[in-house]
Amino acid sequence: MASFDLSENRQLTTEEIAALDDLKVKLDSMGRERGKLIPMLQLIQETMTYLAPEAIRIVSEHLEISASEVYGVATFYNQFRFNPPGRHPVKVCLGTACHVKGGEIILENFERKLQIKDGQTTPDREFSIDRVACVGCCALAPVAIVGESLYGKMQPSKVEGIVLRVQIEKEQQQREKRQHDSRPPD
Amino acid sequence: MIPGPQTSYRRLRDEAERRRRQWTESTLPQIHIGMATCGIAAGAQETRAAFEEALAQLGVAARIHAVGCCGHCYAEPVVIIDHPESGFPPIFYPEVNAGKARMLAKLFLKEGDPRLEHILGATVANEMIPAVMEFPRFSLERRLVMERCGRIDPEDIYDGIAEGGYSALADALQRQPEDLIAEISRSGLRGRGGAGFATGRKWALAAGAAGAEKYVICNADEGDPGAYMDRTLLESDPHRILEGMIICAHAVGASRGIIYVRAEYPLAVRILTRAIEKCRELGLLGRGVLGAALDFDIEVFQGSGAFVCGEETALIRSIEGFRGMPFHRPPYPVESGLNGKPTLINNVKTLANVPVILQNGAEAFRAVGSERSPGTAIFSVVGSVVHPGLVEVPMGTSLRTLIFDICGGIPKKKKFKAVQIGGPSGGYLSEAHLDTPIDFDSLAQAGAMMGSGGMVVMDEDACLVDVSRYFLDFTQKESCGKCTFCRIGTRHLLAILERLTQGQGREGDLELLQQLSEDVKNGSLCGLGKTAPNPVLTSLRYFHDDYEAHVKEKRCPGKMCRPLIAYYIDLEKCARGCNACEGCCPVDAVFITPDRKRGIDLSKCVKCGECLVACPPQYDAVRRVSPPHLAPVVERPPEEKKEAQS
Repeated sequence: MASFDLSENRQLTTEEIAALDDLKVKLDSMGRERGKLIPMLQLIQETMTYLAPEAIRIVSEHLEISASEVYGVATFYNQFRFNPPGRHPVKVCLGTACHVKGGEIILENFERKLQIKDGQTTPDREFSIDRVACVGCCALAPVAIVGESLYGKMQPSKVEGIVLRVQIEKEQQQREKRQHDSRPPD
Repeated sequence: MIPGPQTSYRRLRDEAERRRRQWTESTLPQIHIGMATCGIAAGAQETRAAFEEALAQLGVAARIHAVGCCGHCYAEPVVIIDHPESGFPPIFYPEVNAGKARMLAKLFLKEGDPRLEHILGATVANEMIPAVMEFPRFSLERRLVMERCGRIDPEDIYDGIAEGGYSALADALQRQPEDLIAEISRSGLRGRGGAGFATGRKWALAAGAAGAEKYVICNADEGDPGAYMDRTLLESDPHRILEGMIICAHAVGASRGIIYVRAEYPLAVRILTRAIEKCRELGLLGRGVLGAALDFDIEVFQGSGAFVCGEETALIRSIEGFRGMPFHRPPYPVESGLNGKPTLINNVKTLANVPVILQNGAEAFRAVGSERSPGTAIFSVVGSVVHPGLVEVPMGTSLRTLIFDICGGIPKKKKFKAVQIGGPSGGYLSEAHLDTPIDFDSLAQAGAMMGSGGMVVMDEDACLVDVSRYFLDFTQKESCGKCTFCRIGTRHLLAILERLTQGQGREGDLELLQQLSEDVKNGSLCGLGKTAPNPVLTSLRYFHDDYEAHVKEKRCPGKMCRPLIAYYIDLEKCARGCNACEGCCPVDAVFITPDRKRGIDLSKCVKCGECLVACPPQYDAVRRVSPPHLAPVVERPPEEKKEAQS
């Protein structure tokens, strides 16, 4: 389950504030039935990538139930997270087949390389690590997903390469952006 | 006058066949690519893009047909090319990556050479190429439920209808509900969710329940790690499940259907949602299904990932917007379920069997499988087997046939040790059980259970204490916390197992495990707690020696428990100058000895086993031993030490 930490005083980004305003309109269209609670939380997570305390408050007011009740439901389910994921979320599969083939060793290598634990996000918000229970391609075990790409038949030594590749791609993009910005307008 | 179901269906079928003829009558080559989640994971998107690009470049016209998963996971991405003008039958190509796709586009589609070295076989019998149907991986299977998987485009409803989709529904709508229930009862179909309750009886109870509004729920909350047959069915042939649900609604008099599917299956959710919309458009859902007097609609509810929600009462609480905690039965959901209304909950595979039964009749269904468990069973066989994937076999097939004949046995000439059936709720079976027929009763007798159908095969290198710890770790986290024995008992079971895998087992731990397991079983309300100790109980029963070794000798026979193993390099075999192990070590634990061989610094080693894999086979110098003190100590030379620190 995602770590659950309210004490961290997180600044909302402008996009997140805009998403919150938008949220009220969307919730109105979904009605006020209790049965809509989980679909509402799913909607928030889809638009904001996590359940911010502000969003929880809006839902609790909308459904007229206490915020603790909403948290109670949200924390029960593995899908919901309460801190924003990194821009390149790392998900290490620990289903049965991956476990037997050493998924935990892969997880440890990511943790060591990125210096965070599972459930956490790097300070620069580039990477986050989560363990997931079976992504359903057991024949490729052990499996890790980084961003949108799935890596099958993982090995501990591949971890460094994957992290490096993401960093190189990022630097390349920045360089291209700088070149693009410095080019005189047509 | 409103046309009856047969007339309405005929119209859909005619349209579907008209669309199909477009392809069957033309000589245009067809490229069928398996594009379910597993195919995509193996790179099917890139394969498809490569085909499209290459065809455009070469100026070759072909139809690219995205189909679902055919269950042959070991061969993904799977491509079938049907090129009538080449004179060859349709050919099954395994592991088609982008490069192979470009090659096939040029050499086969343009120039007519099928590159026989890359094929698995032909998909139909012919005189040129051996057909895949002759291989045991295909011939020993019996595909009833998965018949259309991997053959149709799941997003094109007409593709499904042309293959017979919804024809059982058209027939069923003209029959009396009692008659349908009687037929299902006669077929002997048992719930495929794991427990094996008689489906006909469940339907009869739901039909007889008082109340005007009734629900049908399809349970697709496949939370069992290592099982993915529900996902494959939903992604590859959603229509069979929808058809089964609509028939069920007619039989029990339900007006609302809900498919509870995991949110972790985004592709399945998308395909299902689209299939439902299409059904509404074509009059297969909504008011007056196919012109009959049935009003029924289906919605998709995304489950948020809680294993316990596979339990029907927890699933209901979850749909109502609460924590998924089971409630006491009776009253059973068929009397008072969702919102207090009669609710019939069936597993995906149960519902998918319904059209099969009605199409061929109860007697034909009974002819497959065993006396008390008729029909077929779908397993996802993974782990140490040569050909992992989804397998549909008649009930009563032996484990030996399934693992050794169909899935090709254990790779790398290793020995079979155990097979785990049914995930965290199931148990292990040993070599002595290989001739056990797979059906509900035989498996239960042996201490395992059918469960959802996940099967993990383990070779001699597996440590069952560690795998049991893994399952307990899972169930302990997934326990909803309602029952004390499940909440706290599983925690203590886990603590003992962790102790054992770390070499801190104590005298009496095994007896404690046994006793506590039985208490957790007896003291829990729902299936999760009642079955959570099964992995522990069956491994204690069949693999007691493994446990003894952990407690008494602090030794892990499978050499999997990392605190109980050590790696070292056999200096007799290590080659001077070879650098394979040093290069791959993630923590710089490998050092150079004074005579330029390699040694492992045990204080830094994280025991990932990379060096063992990397060491070239001609040297084969890396050793793994348990207990760890068997490893000879080789000191890192002082100058090396300095270098490593800097």
